[in-house]
Amino acid sequence: MAASIEFLQASPYFAGMTEPEIEVISGLFFQKTIEKGEKITWQGDPGEALYFVASGAVKCFKTSPEGKEQILQIVLPGNSFNDVAVFDGGLSPTSTEAMSLVNLYVISRSDMGGILTDHPKIMINVIDILSSKIRHLLELVEDLSFRQVIGRIARILLEYADGAGPKPKLTQHEMAALAGTAREVVGRSLKTLQGDGMIRMERNRLVIADKEALSQMVNAHS
Amino acid sequence: MLEMPRVDLEKCTGCGTCAAACHCGAIVIVEGKATIIETLKCGWCSVCEAVCPEGALYCEFEIVIEG
Ligand code: SF4
Ligand code: SF4
Repeated sequence: MAASIEFLQASPYFAGMTEPEIEVISGLFFQKTIEKGEKITWQGDPGEALYFVASGAVKCFKTSPEGKEQILQIVLPGNSFNDVAVFDGGLSPTSTEAMSLVNLYVISRSDMGGILTDHPKIMINVIDILSSKIRHLLELVEDLSFRQVIGRIARILLEYADGAGPKPKLTQHEMAALAGTAREVVGRSLKTLQGDGMIRMERNRLVIADKEALSQMVNAHS
Repeated sequence: MLEMPRVDLEKCTGCGTCAAACHCGAIVIVEGKATIIETLKCGWCSVCEAVCPEGALYCEFEIVIEG
């Protein structure tokens, strides 16, 4: 079954195309229904098709060698996935799985290429879409590395608080050196930990208020 | 005695950066060295430590587990 005209008209990919043009390309799409929990594409597969979510939610994720899953993006109705592999002709960098019952509109890589050749005006849409995906990923990278640093700082706090005997004191400068990061990042991390209720800063006393949560933080990011 | 940030007088050049940055007037320069005045207004924000170009200021935290 072809994609609905309304759906394609609303998609940022095809913004600027006329209704007759959209009618023609709608025949290139086919519909697919995926059950919750089913995989749609696999990391490392060739990117043969571009997927548009018509309803439901799809998670794009990577799995580390230790089997830890990192979700990179949750794709909601109106948005697409597998773009990178489709446009650069490489392998899919992520796997995808339906988080609910999902309806998809799928178009093959070669048909999508054909649309771009026939309607070069939508290239600008593709640039917009890919740019916003890059922006999202950069924010994610920043967030992940920040959380890793927070994890290291959490471990340092626990180690210092747990040790027997007189407790050595630490400046934020020293915490930064121990965690291999900049001083400002320590300040931000302590604020975040305090905001999450894991620690409490009482002037020159740094009180670990929730040891359990802090330990979990260490395990989650090491 | 109220604990206050510590100055390493050997490292301190008396540049005054810390005194200018401290929002509560806890630091003054006396005879070319940073001198800390005991005050509860100092909330241990560590700004002085952050701005000191010589690394001469130390706002040390005692790290304890609650309970
Ligand atoms: S900023 Fe550092 S070097 Fe300058 S006066 Fe203060 S303690 Fe001394
Ligand atoms: S910790 Fe903050 S308030 Fe205290 S002396 Fe330093 S700059 Fe001033």
